[in-house]
Amino acid sequence: MLDFSYSRAGSLAEAGTLAAGEGVRILAGGTTLLDLAKCGVEMPETVIDILSLEGLDGISVEATGARIGALAKMSAVADHAGISAHCPAISQSLTLAASAQLRNMATIGGNLLQRTRCPYFRDPVSFPNCNKRNPGSGCAAIGGVTRNHAVLGTSEQCIATYHGDLAVALTAFDAVVETDRRTIPIDAFFLLPQDRPDRETVLERGEMITGISIPASAAAKNSLYLKVRDRQSYEFAAASAAVGLEFEADGRTLKDVRVAVGGVATKPWRAKGVEEALLGKPLTTAALAEAARLSVDGAMSHGGNHYKIDLLPRVVARAIETVAVTLAPQLAAELGEPA
Amino acid sequence: MTIMEPRKHGSSADGVVGGRLSRIEGQLKVTGAATYALEYPTEGLAHAVLVQSTVAAGRVVKVDTASALSSPGVLMVLTPEDDLGLRVSGDWGGNPPEDLPYHPLPREVQFNGQSIAAVVAETREQAAEAARLVSVTYEEQPGVADLDDPKAGEGKLLAHLSVAWGDAEAALVAAPVRIEADYRTPREYHCAMEPHGLTAKWEDDQLIIWEPSQWSHGMARMYAEWFSLPSENVRIISPFIGGGFGSKGQPLAFGAVAAAAARKLGRPVRLAVTRPQNFTSYGGRAATRQTIKLGATPDGILQAIIHRGANETSVYADVPEQTGAATPILYKVENFSSESRVVPVNTVSPGALRGPGKNPSAFGIECAMEELAYALNMDPLELRLKNYADHDYQSGKPWSTRQLREALTQGAEAFGWSKRNPAPRSMRKGRKLLGWGIGCGTFPVIQAPSEAMIRILSNGRVEVVSGSIDMGQGTYTILAQTASEALGVPVDQVDVVLGDSRLPGAAIAGGSMLAGSITGAVHKAALAARDELIGLALGASGSPFRDTGANTLTIQDGRLSLPREDSPTMNLPELLASLGRDHIEIRRNTLPEDLSLQDQQKSWGNMSRVQGPTMGDYSMHSWCAHFAEVEVDEDFGTVRVSRMVSAFDCGRLYNPRLVESQWRGGIIMGIGQALLEEGVVDPRNGRTMNSNLGDYLVPTNADIPDIEVISVGIPDLRASALGGKGVGEVGIVGVAPAIANAVFHATGKRVRDLPITLEKLI
Repeated sequence: MLDFSYSRAGSLAEAGTLAAGEGVRILAGGTTLLDLAKCGVEMPETVIDILSLEGLDGISVEATGARIGALAKMSAVADHAGISAHCPAISQSLTLAASAQLRNMATIGGNLLQRTRCPYFRDPVSFPNCNKRNPGSGCAAIGGVTRNHAVLGTSEQCIATYHGDLAVALTAFDAVVETDRRTIPIDAFFLLPQDRPDRETVLERGEMITGISIPASAAAKNSLYLKVRDRQSYEFAAASAAVGLEFEADGRTLKDVRVAVGGVATKPWRAKGVEEALLGKPLTTAALAEAARLSVDGAMSHGGNHYKIDLLPRVVARAIETVAVTLAPQLAAELGEPA
Repeated sequence: MTIMEPRKHGSSADGVVGGRLSRIEGQLKVTGAATYALEYPTEGLAHAVLVQSTVAAGRVVKVDTASALSSPGVLMVLTPEDDLGLRVSGDWGGNPPEDLPYHPLPREVQFNGQSIAAVVAETREQAAEAARLVSVTYEEQPGVADLDDPKAGEGKLLAHLSVAWGDAEAALVAAPVRIEADYRTPREYHCAMEPHGLTAKWEDDQLIIWEPSQWSHGMARMYAEWFSLPSENVRIISPFIGGGFGSKGQPLAFGAVAAAAARKLGRPVRLAVTRPQNFTSYGGRAATRQTIKLGATPDGILQAIIHRGANETSVYADVPEQTGAATPILYKVENFSSESRVVPVNTVSPGALRGPGKNPSAFGIECAMEELAYALNMDPLELRLKNYADHDYQSGKPWSTRQLREALTQGAEAFGWSKRNPAPRSMRKGRKLLGWGIGCGTFPVIQAPSEAMIRILSNGRVEVVSGSIDMGQGTYTILAQTASEALGVPVDQVDVVLGDSRLPGAAIAGGSMLAGSITGAVHKAALAARDELIGLALGASGSPFRDTGANTLTIQDGRLSLPREDSPTMNLPELLASLGRDHIEIRRNTLPEDLSLQDQQKSWGNMSRVQGPTMGDYSMHSWCAHFAEVEVDEDFGTVRVSRMVSAFDCGRLYNPRLVESQWRGGIIMGIGQALLEEGVVDPRNGRTMNSNLGDYLVPTNADIPDIEVISVGIPDLRASALGGKGVGEVGIVGVAPAIANAVFHATGKRVRDLPITLEKLI
């Protein structure tokens, strides 16, 4: 059998020391690690269980921002009234993710670190070529079945989608990842595949996420996570958007715009182009349509995923429109009914 | 509990045939007390794990087992090098097997995901890890990935499936209104909640198999033929099955591997097929394509139907998925032509999946009829009623019963069809487009004999004993109801014992034939038992009826009495006590009466006595009409079914609660087929790319709306002894076209290839 040594860390410091070894994996909720071990993708020599560490599952919301401990369960955060008031998009991204059973097990830190659902990545016996698993071996997905692969942030080495929802919402609202060593802005936390798809985050060996903080903003308060997919529940996004808005006093000019997108990119993707096109201008149907198109700036299709390039701007536009009309009902006449 | 322990049930006054008794084994299931095939505790158990091919076609040149064999706990590695000493088994029809060796781990690779080796170890984890260490060298050959592969070609014509009458080509040319369209359905899978697997144990030359089975006697016979044993030396035990949907009717290669490994090792072996391996260890529904041409008069009278269909099959067996099965019988038409082909590709042989043939067939003809309705500018309901088939135009025979008109009209009434605006894109709910569509379905009445035993015990309890199975459809419950009514004993005094090939023979739980067959046998046995009890009571010494001069008695609430008010009474324990009997046992079957005992025994292991829907003087089928409402978000292309109303003619319902549950289950599977399900293979190597329940999408609760089901059936005593027609499969037939038609009505876009995923609508 797949033999590994298992130990339960008594403290964060001890976990950090143990986790610095070769072939070590940290176990929290286990929903990714166990799954990938069954696929033969993860074969850890040592598993350090941090789930029983105390003080890492707190959730607090203050005027300046919210903080979520790394070991808080997805379900606990999703159901937290303070988080939902602080940033509805975060609650929604969690509620719309995975299944109730998985949400009850999975932790927030592990959720950020979930790995791609690329079926080539997950089938090492049939597809030895995967630059994520085996750097330099090639990418079996290119030229294969690509319906769920990324159109943004891809490289010739990897087109695997980052499928998580929560990280998309966090990216829109400038969350900061806290580790046992430092703090990292979320957009800098995730890496593009470029020529090293095996490196997915900037975490160093043994470095552990301890929490996430989300600064307070009007945009976060007025936010939405919109997830589009064929199945109503328990499916990864075909495309998703986390959007937050703040209007000037005129109820028409955008003072703040946040847009991040999911299900389409190799990492949680901040749509800066969309934000810049709308910021400081009155929101109109024409402006929205034009700005939303910028969400697929630089997008590249690999056959079966081409539809995402058509779909994404529509998802972005609908999400912005929905938040805008909720905030400024007088815009409904121009922008349409809320979804 | 042991397998032979009778299943208990709760109390309900609704225990007669036609009553809404809750399933009597339900509590065992929801409390986890029901024991499934991989849960039987067995001493000295070893565990087998399959190794499957990673190429579509070729030859296994070498299997390096060295590191697997030296892995902890490993007992044995089986490869194509090993002669397992097996012979091929006979077919379903009971034809004797060819005298050829059978290699369940073959050297020739016929599809990606074929089992080519197996590792047996002390624990499942040890076997799984060692299986990973087995290294296979292939001499790879070019394969054909699927029906879309340019190398696949047009396939071979299956002439025996060609159907024609009139002159369809000429009538089509002459028809003033014509439509022609191509329809496609993808590879689909059963995805039963309980994956496949078995525990195999030898006791000398007796083989015991715990394996989920839709047909205990048939599977015992096929295992026996593999191992060159008499059928009675193999015992299949399968009291509970976590869903089959057609996949659990025959033993499969992994079963031969596990049983052969157990024989070689001299220890019981358990083999669990992993969820991904469930996608290649047996076949789902074959991908299909069909072209349909319809010709009609301007007022909507059908003049011709031309159907040309094809389905993928494996490179080693021609398995038809009959896209022409429903086409000839749904409508009145004087000119008809249908031809079917099979296209070999490198896949596991396709199998039977709920509503085989009829299901993809209905997708074609029922979409085509709506396309014709739009071409005619006619209400699709009116078009269907206008072309109502007064008899079976294919066989020329009258229907036994056919309440499809009632299904259409009562379904339409309940759905509110008359409020439909016929123009596509005309109905909205908020910003979503709303669409309504109809799809009709049918499934043949297939008849087969069964046997049943009734045992009356000295404590007054009644046992119904049968080797038939219950995979969730309700066999336990309806047999208790049948015996209760025929015997005059309260239903909570009846126990039902099922799921063991040592018990009396039964029809397969497939082709929707079991309920009609086994209730007939139980009813016959129970009536005979009743007569026996009455005869014994009239003659017994000390009987209060002995000197009354009565020649018959009634049995009610488990008590015998004279048919008069002041009669003395006697209950069953009193009767057995007065007779000095421990039990009374009556066995009856519905085979022809002149068969030898040996021929009777043989009948249960094959399908030689199965009768199709038109083998008698009538054409017998179940029928249904589905009405679907969808909401489409046009920006995103997402479709959600918001309402279904479905009306069924399945004859008499033995237990409406359980029937409705099966209909709804079929409709839910149909929603998955319409919108979500699609087996996807890599075109380069034929690998199944979504072989898990995270990526092969079946509906979740959130995808399922209110489903209203209506029964419009009337008892059909030609179809079965108690008047029912099959209910298990017809529910799915016609759902996908109803939804596709609703999507067209909503959006004006006609999607002719399933599933209707969002990229097809944006």
